[in-house]
This record gives sequence, structure tokens and C-alpha cells, in this order.
Amino acid sequence: MSILVYIEQDQGKIKNSSLEAVSYASALSERSGGKVSVLGLGTIAEEDWELLGQAGAEAIYHVADERLNSGVIQAHAHMIALVYQQVNASTLVLAKSALGDAVAARLAVKLNAGLVSNVVGLPELSDGFVVKRSIFTGKAFVDTAITTENRILAIKKNTQPIKTDGTAVTVEKLTLELPESVFAAKITGKEKASGEVLLPEADIVVSGGRGLNGPENWGMIEDLADSLHAARGCSKPVSDLGWRPHHEHVGQTGVKVAPSLYIAIAISGAIQHLAGVNASRHIVVINKDPEAPFFKAADYGIVGDAFEIVPKLTEAIKALKQ
Amino acid sequence: MNILVCITHVPDTTSKIKFTAGNTQLDKTGVQFIIGPYDDYALARAVELKEETGGSITVLNVGEAETEPTLRKALAIGADEAIRVNAFPKDAYFVAEQIAHQAKEKDYDMILMGRESIDFNGGMVHGMVGELLGIPSVSPVMKLELEGKTARLDREIEGGKEFIEVALPFIAGCQEPIAEWKIPNMRGIMSARTKPLNVVDAVSMEQRTETRIYELPAPKGEVKIVENVDQLVELLKNDAKIL
Repeated sequence: MSILVYIEQDQGKIKNSSLEAVSYASALSERSGGKVSVLGLGTIAEEDWELLGQAGAEAIYHVADERLNSGVIQAHAHMIALVYQQVNASTLVLAKSALGDAVAARLAVKLNAGLVSNVVGLPELSDGFVVKRSIFTGKAFVDTAITTENRILAIKKNTQPIKTDGTAVTVEKLTLELPESVFAAKITGKEKASGEVLLPEADIVVSGGRGLNGPENWGMIEDLADSLHAARGCSKPVSDLGWRPHHEHVGQTGVKVAPSLYIAIAISGAIQHLAGVNASRHIVVINKDPEAPFFKAADYGIVGDAFEIVPKLTEAIKALKQ
Repeated sequence: MNILVCITHVPDTTSKIKFTAGNTQLDKTGVQFIIGPYDDYALARAVELKEETGGSITVLNVGEAETEPTLRKALAIGADEAIRVNAFPKDAYFVAEQIAHQAKEKDYDMILMGRESIDFNGGMVHGMVGELLGIPSVSPVMKLELEGKTARLDREIEGGKEFIEVALPFIAGCQEPIAEWKIPNMRGIMSARTKPLNVVDAVSMEQRTETRIYELPAPKGEVKIVENVDQLVELLKNDAKIL
């Protein structure tokens, strides 16, 4: 069997979650055999291609069609299906993301494939092809067997460390036709913060809650996030009140994150918020209320006033990094 | 405007999740079931669209008899009729096949559902239905406006949003803030009792995935409370080995 990995780019840079997906495929191929091919769509920075070889790609295909720079779901799905058949793949691996999910679902139908999303580990092959996936918004896991010949795995962030010891591979350019019909849902524009660390991709997240009293107090959250090269998040009330944009809302009905470090500032820790952060490796809670339920879910905590603690923490981190 | 809204029947977001029968089934003891929160947004937007343009809303669930109170609640919120496809929802593909089968001869102008269910979190059903029916699928949709036969959608992307224009019919996975959740009023609850709820058989198909053994995450260790920032930085550096 051969494995195809679909990688995503953000503003021309290959996403870390996609490098994790390539590393996952490489580890999978060590277990089950099969060549690891990678497919990139749209404009991708020249210097990023070598990261794919390092992560374990054995063949790289690139369709440079600029129309694929944005998330045209059907066009991406169409293109991946063509290449999947061309390389004779039987497994497609991709990173779970807003676009990855949307594309994977259409591909499951196109390729007659069994699809498992939110995969959190390599498969067990002793009794079929069984992968563990995260369910109930991180509150449980379930072993799931795929019983079809073709398989699609959408990998949850932070499941597989990025491999860096692979060898360089030349990129093969493909020119493939896209029918007009795949552009039926037309993207007419985009609004996107530039230069920000993407929340679902981030290794460190700094989040603020209603305890910060108002949007005017977010400066210190931004300073701390910048000092850590972290993404910014917030609780649901903060996004509902319009203090912060919705794409920063972390929780059950917002973004689910899985960073190495999650810092929660002035967030009480409602169960719906915890559902969005429970996959984090380490959680720091800063709250003036010692009874805040978030402390029970934390690894480290400071009881105290965020307005005093946060600037001090930023200074300490800056000093450490100098 | 004829809208199909597909809903899930899932444990309340505050439920404590546990398993039974040798960890092969969810333990439903003491668990309150609700309309999936994302589906609830989709339904709320459908009700608003119907108020603006007229038409009818059909609400659909793939599930066994126990999901009927959830369908009745959707009728109380404003759907006109309900369909229950009588089957245990084995996986996303099974559910998608059932929805596509119900939708293909009905000419719905749009099909709405939540971006994902909060039990299995796959977020796959809308895309599968779109592909099965050969219509565009868009998700996650946070705004939906109609202009004649064209819909304008905002789709959330990492760090912002994308603006999309699509002709009817299409399918969307919805999320906040597409609409405010609607709470059924007494009149809605009364009228829901007499609205049609049709139970139909599932179409049979080959199963593609099977869930085997459930497990709970390892319990979290004790939180280490520190007095000051220096101690915290020390722990992050030497205990967590992050900084």
C-alpha cells in the first residue's frame, strides 16, 4: 500500500500540523510498509519543501494552481482524488483542520474510503486496522477499526512529533485540469489577521477571560503572547461580548486547541471551556479566586490579580529569552 | 424556501462521560440529551430564514426511538415536520447515506446542520452528504444571508474568515454566531405535539468503520500552586521543560 499525505499552507508556509501529518505517515509506513507521497496545492514557499523530506516524504507532488491558494473545498478534494489514484495510494493522511475536515469528508465518498477523524495515535495492525481517536470533545477516546480497502486518517494536532532526520526529495510539478463545477462555491474575499500565530496551530496559547473586565485590557495578554511567540485565545463570554473576534474563542463550541502550554488568565474554567483545552500538555491558571474550577484542571497555578502577575510574567520571560 | 435541518441527539455539554458493557457503550445513566449545540444554531438560522422568506423546515435525525423528544423540541422551536430514520447511527458515512437518501428526491433549497456533533466531533457528515448529492458543501459557516437564489456565507478560517457566494442548493455546517439559540415557547411546545413526525426505515449499506473499545483519559495530577512568577517560570523551565 502507498500513503498519500495532503499538506496545507498558510500564506505560503507549510503548516506545522501538516508536517506532523507527514511524520505520522512516515511512522505508519515503518509499521505497514508503503511509500510516503506528499501533495501540496497552491503557492508554497520554495524553502519550505525541504521540511517535507526531513519529515519523511519520499515523493513530493505540487500543483501550483493559484486558484488553490484559498480553501476551495471541492477543488481541493477533486485534485487530491486525482493524485491519490495516480500514485496508487490506499491511505490518505491529513491534519485535522477546518479545511482538512471539509475536504476529507468529500474524499471519503469519492474514494470509497473509511474515514476516521481526530486520530491520536498510530494504528494497531494485529486485528485489522485500528486507530484511537479523541471523542466527546476530549473527554474520552475510542478504538475504531477501518474495514474498507481505502482509508482516510485526519490527525489531531500534537499526536506525532515532527521528524527532522529524513532526506531531501525533489518536487515534481503536476499540471492537472480542474472542471469549472468545483468552483461552484465562489470565494469572494477574505479577512485575516496577518502575522498572528494561528490558534489551532500554536505550540503555546495565552487566553484571557471575562475577569479582565474589558477589551481595553488585552494589551498585557498580547505582550505575554508575543514574548512566548504564542497564539491568543479567549473564553466564550469574551467573544460573545465582542471584546475579541470569534476565531479566538477556545472551548466546546469554539476552537479546540492542543498546545504544549496553555495559559489561562482570569478564566474561571467552565466545563465548556475546559472541553476546548483538555488536550493541552501543560496548563497554567492565573486567577484571583482560589475556588475557580480551572485550578482542578491545571498543572500549575497562581492565585492572584492578573493585572499584577501578567506584566511580571512577561518581564520574566523576556529576561529568560535574552 | 424549503430547508432540511439535520440534528444530532447528544449528551448535554456538562455531562460526565462514562462507559458500560465492558467499555463498548456510553453509560446513559443520569445523562441529559439535547439537540447538538451546533445543530441548534443551524435550526435557529433556518427558523429566521423561514420568517423572512416563507417556506417550510423539515428536521431530520438518524436515531432510535429515544431521540423523538429531541425531534419534538426542534418542532417546538419552529420546524414544520420531522423525519426520524430508524437506526442506530453507526458512523458518519452511515448517517450521511441516510440523509442523502431522504434528501435526493425532495428538492430542498438548502441543507443545514451543525459543523460537528459534540459526541464524535468528526465534522464529516455535511461534506459527505454534499458529495453524495453532488452539491457544494461549506463549513464552518458563521453567517448566512440570502439574496434570491444566491447565498452569501462567512466561513471561519484560522485567524479570520472567508466570504463565499454559492447558488442554491447547497449544504452548510453551521456554528455561532450564525443566529441566537431559540428557546421554545408554550405555543411552540403545544403545536409540536401535533406536527408530523415520520419514522422511516434506514437504507442498508456496507459499514466502513466500527467503534470498539472506549476509554477515559488518565486522571490529571494535582495542581502545583506557586506563590510568585519566579517560581512559575522555574517550573515551566525545569519541570515542564517548555521555556
